[in-house]
Amino acid sequence: MTIEVKNLVKKFGSFAALDGVDLKVDNGELLALLGPSGSGKTTLLRIIAGLDWPDSGEVSFNGEDALAQGARERHVGFVFQHYALFRHMTVFENVAFGLRVQPRAVRKDEASIRARVKELLDLVQLDWLADRYPSQLSGGQRQRIALARALAIEPRILLLDEPFGALDAKVRKELRKWLRSLHHEINVTSIFVTHDQEEALEVANRVVVMDKGRIEQIGSPDDVYETPATAFVHGFIGECIELPVQVADGVIRLGEQPLKLAADGLVPGASRLFVRRHDMLVGPPGSGAFEGAVQHVRNFGPVQRAEVALSGGETIEIDAPRDKELRAGDTIGLEPRRYRIFAG
Amino acid sequence: MTMQIADSVSLSASEAKARAKARAHAAAARDNLRTEPRAVRIVIIALAVMFLTVFVVLPLVVVFAQAFSRGLLAYFAALAEPEAMAAIELTLIVAAISVGLNLVFGLVAAWAIAKFDFKGKTFLITLIDLPFSVSPVISGLVFVLLFGAQGYFGTWLRDHDIQILFAVPGIALATTFVTFPFVARALIPLMQEQGTQEEEAAISLGASGLQTFFRVTLPNIKWGVLYGVLLCNARAMGEFGAVSVVSGHIRGETNTMPLLVEILYNEYQFVAAFAIASLLAMLALITLIVKTVLERHLDEGEDASDH
Repeated sequence: MTIEVKNLVKKFGSFAALDGVDLKVDNGELLALLGPSGSGKTTLLRIIAGLDWPDSGEVSFNGEDALAQGARERHVGFVFQHYALFRHMTVFENVAFGLRVQPRAVRKDEASIRARVKELLDLVQLDWLADRYPSQLSGGQRQRIALARALAIEPRILLLDEPFGALDAKVRKELRKWLRSLHHEINVTSIFVTHDQEEALEVANRVVVMDKGRIEQIGSPDDVYETPATAFVHGFIGECIELPVQVADGVIRLGEQPLKLAADGLVPGASRLFVRRHDMLVGPPGSGAFEGAVQHVRNFGPVQRAEVALSGGETIEIDAPRDKELRAGDTIGLEPRRYRIFAG
Repeated sequence: MTMQIADSVSLSASEAKARAKARAHAAAARDNLRTEPRAVRIVIIALAVMFLTVFVVLPLVVVFAQAFSRGLLAYFAALAEPEAMAAIELTLIVAAISVGLNLVFGLVAAWAIAKFDFKGKTFLITLIDLPFSVSPVISGLVFVLLFGAQGYFGTWLRDHDIQILFAVPGIALATTFVTFPFVARALIPLMQEQGTQEEEAAISLGASGLQTFFRVTLPNIKWGVLYGVLLCNARAMGEFGAVSVVSGHIRGETNTMPLLVEILYNEYQFVAAFAIASLLAMLALITLIVKTVLERHLDEGEDASDH
């Protein structure tokens, strides 16, 4: 199933949750909608599901108008952030719900419903919980039951709203891997919403970065990480150093300090320079584009993180390999291995 | 499929331990709060007990003592009087009608208010509370003004030979109006707290509106519904003011139990008056007991949804 969204606008009062969104999702894709809270990603998901309606714009599934149908007819599996399991039903009945409410003409008989539910519970590896109630399950278990319930209706599209948002870090990592292999197995066009960049980059085939109701960039996880299209994407994905610089007469300045960086093709005026922390290479004084004094150094997993006061006036944090000799008080040169400058 | 998930077992032992600890903590905090001297505590408790005795226990005892003052036979003879039987029957009919109507109205109103956003919602909530803030006598008078011989619809009703005032329809209408808020009031906060996610899930799974209501919404609020119905019923059977205005006090026909109690009392038939009163008192006691049971279920429901 392909999904196409055209020029979607949705306002809540004067707040534009979606401000002209265009998106194409290919058949069988696993797409992540990534953005900070309030960026409109959940609204977009709910409109695709038919749980919200846009003020204007188009949504089509396989070329046919989806907005002409209600949520009930769209055949979309939706997994809610807080699971929304039916609290008065057992796990079994929760999963069976979508099969039991089908019109009499197409409804399966009891034996086939039981077989199908069993199959789904096996798929999410929770068949032993069939007689429990949702309140007796852990967060990760609820999440997987919610997924099994959504899959019961053989959805054309699977939508997941912050699927791992309410889980602790360990369960979350396991479920991520599991979701990716599950998607590989069932191969349904899927979209999930997340504010966690790591989650988006690790799970999705393609990532859509959103901010303030607009799409900032669409691309593979590598694309959005390696070649961010906008200042927002660069700042949002990956740990970043952001420096306010001035571009004038072919020279880039940080405060009063001219930087030894090429200014070719840059628009003159106030700009922002983005460098990933680990792309700042440490060298002897005078060797790089920047110079600074190390304030203090902390060991941080595989790297050491140093706070450096640049001679231009800003203080930044860089990540250097553990074997690099760095001490507080050292003066060092810094060369950005890779950087981007965005006007404004 | 080779996927492995180390499962956090549902409600682990450590979690249970943490809960027990939290309870112990709360108990300790309570003890610390008891800082008043012993004498003060005794005085306060004595005052509370005295107040309860004078205003709750004593009246209840008096009702039953008076009812049985001439013995069991006189008590049952008083209840078996045709007038008394007619009053009991009328009270049950009126309660059944008004509880039935208010169950439907209350469900619809609570559903609309809790699950949808629309203009005038606050106004509607205020309107639901209106019967609580108006004196029941005024509520009764409103119906006299509408349906009485000199009322707006009086002539039309007389021409079509429809009797509303001084008959069962009038009593049922007045009672329904007075007891309108109970079901809606019990359900609105409950349904608001539960939100709309389960309904949205049901619809996205292909359920129709009715299926969603009967399979998802109603089971979630059933204890709240029973709670509202119970209070509504208690008030409907005990309503005096509004019913008194519209009833006309026709003996054996339009007297409900509370009205009959007053009439009998004014005629110095104390045993009969208190015998009927004892039935109303028993209704109150049963209502209290059932209410306690329902409240426990409602709390459990909240615990279950609390994760």
